[in-house]
Amino acid sequence: MTASAGPALEVRNVSLSFKGVKAISDLSFQVTRREICALIGPNGAGKSSLLNILNGVYTPDSGEIVFEGEHFRRMQPLEAARRGIGRGFQNNALFSGMSVLDNVIAGLSRHSRVTLVEEAFRLPRALGQERAFRDRALEVLKLFDLEKYAETLVGTLPYGVQKKVEIARAIVAKPRLLLLDEPLAGMNAAEKQEIAAVIARLNRELDLTVVLIEHDIGIVLKLAHHVVVLDYGRKLADGPPETIRDNPDVIAAYLGSENAEAAA
Amino acid sequence: MSEINLPAAAEPIDQVGLKVLTIVATLALLVTAPFLASEYWINAIIVPFLILSLAGLGLNLLTGYGGQLSLGAGAFMMVGAYATFSLQLRVPELPLPLALIVAGFIAGAVGLAFGIPSTRIKGFYLIVSTLAAQFFFEWLFLKFPWFYNGNSSATIALSRGLSFFGLDANSPHGRYYLTLGIVALLTLLSFNLIRGQTGRNWMAIRDMDTAAAVIGVPVFRAKLQAFAVSSFILGIAGALWAFAYLGSASVQSFGLTRSYQILFIIIIGGLGTIRGAYLGAGFVSLLPLALDWLFQHLFSGHVDAGLLQNIQKAIFGLLIIWFLIKEPEGLARLLSLRRTQGARRRLFPS
Repeated sequence: MTASAGPALEVRNVSLSFKGVKAISDLSFQVTRREICALIGPNGAGKSSLLNILNGVYTPDSGEIVFEGEHFRRMQPLEAARRGIGRGFQNNALFSGMSVLDNVIAGLSRHSRVTLVEEAFRLPRALGQERAFRDRALEVLKLFDLEKYAETLVGTLPYGVQKKVEIARAIVAKPRLLLLDEPLAGMNAAEKQEIAAVIARLNRELDLTVVLIEHDIGIVLKLAHHVVVLDYGRKLADGPPETIRDNPDVIAAYLGSENAEAAA
Repeated sequence: MSEINLPAAAEPIDQVGLKVLTIVATLALLVTAPFLASEYWINAIIVPFLILSLAGLGLNLLTGYGGQLSLGAGAFMMVGAYATFSLQLRVPELPLPLALIVAGFIAGAVGLAFGIPSTRIKGFYLIVSTLAAQFFFEWLFLKFPWFYNGNSSATIALSRGLSFFGLDANSPHGRYYLTLGIVALLTLLSFNLIRGQTGRNWMAIRDMDTAAAVIGVPVFRAKLQAFAVSSFILGIAGALWAFAYLGSASVQSFGLTRSYQILFIIIIGGLGTIRGAYLGAGFVSLLPLALDWLFQHLFSGHVDAGLLQNIQKAIFGLLIIWFLIKEPEGLARLLSLRRTQGARRRLFPS
């Protein structure tokens, strides 16, 4: 692929406002292929809004997104999924009335090639696809050690398990870019380590580019290759974790005030 | 995490045996029902129950699985009935089963058209679009005599009666088997759709439409599919209601009351379950009969008959309210005895 030369993702001069209130102002940064990029910053810094722009839930007021060499003024959610952008949400956005397995299979929707009629009559192609989807979803569930919950209604599971199901759903269709919004929130230390290890492994073994939002600075500094710090919709700092840790602006705006909280 | 109840991976043998036995017994009962029940029961209770179940099933695909609220069930039934009438009248070569299918497709296309606003509006606002369908078709089929062939009473009836590829289906038994066959086939096809990719897409949109779009569910297409499939089934149910149950029908047979009735059926029976449509239809068609029977025995002769009828209606309404407070998820939920069946039910809708 020719696009492999440039960055996987580039955010160029993106601004976003809600009814006149600026959420993101003239933000630009690049995400290199196969890196884990962490977005950090206090609540309301515009991190989640940025992810929503990246996969087309929000339309930016100005600026553009360059994904794998193609320029987008605005992305559409379905288009983003088709181009290989996977997404996990901050507050689990699972389909609560469906089983764990069905939730994960739903992530494969865009690969579905069978027609309604083929499905209604259970023709061979529909059955074959169903089997293939099921196998693929079980494969991913195995990765997260979730096979035993495959048939369980997802809404009945504990929060931490749901979080894993959501990541499984986001990666089942083999995205090239994975956006995760606070994948470790609400988990205990052991669970955090486990999920961080899975993210690192996905990144390494599947060459997956990851952009994630995370508040746990300790884990971010270990996991990420690249950190972008946001504050009030502006970029405060951008660089490898080592330089971020020592950046006085960052310490003042973010680490300093929330250090105690993060350590607790 | 040991407190999580996992559904049993495999059922014990004796349970499987029991299940097979139940299925065989049910099938035998369905086939022999006309010989066990009186003509009155077949004509006035069993056939309309089956048709209402089918209509409930159609609406449940859209509302219970797809999460799209609709008050247009009556309109789509009406389209199916009038389309069947027109086809039988003007294309007499077309045998009734094929006419029903074509009428279903016409209703499906109409449903799809009225479903287009669903890509922009949701919930209560969507009701307005489906209500528009309701009022539009009531007006259309009354306004233009072409639709009822200029008949002086503005009603539609099949001049050649019901036939199934040469077999006469006008007798109560014929109507029963025709209805049962169609209802069974469409239930099976719906069941297949629900447990496949189509059903997953619909439920994903119902549970969280933004997330569905973001993970790659084709929301626009899936919503329109839900409207089309739902209206297809409702259209066929409408044709059966007009010609297999009523014999002759008019616009009033498919008024707003009908739309409400179908909606009540799936709410009472259980949204997002296949059997919910049957349970709900059983409830709304049998409960008034039971009340009627009860009142006849308790008060006959003592209280004015008109007053009794009104009291029955009030009690029926109160029972619905009481029932929805006690079990908001409907009869289907009430009947799934074990908690863990909840998961299985969604997985293998039954």
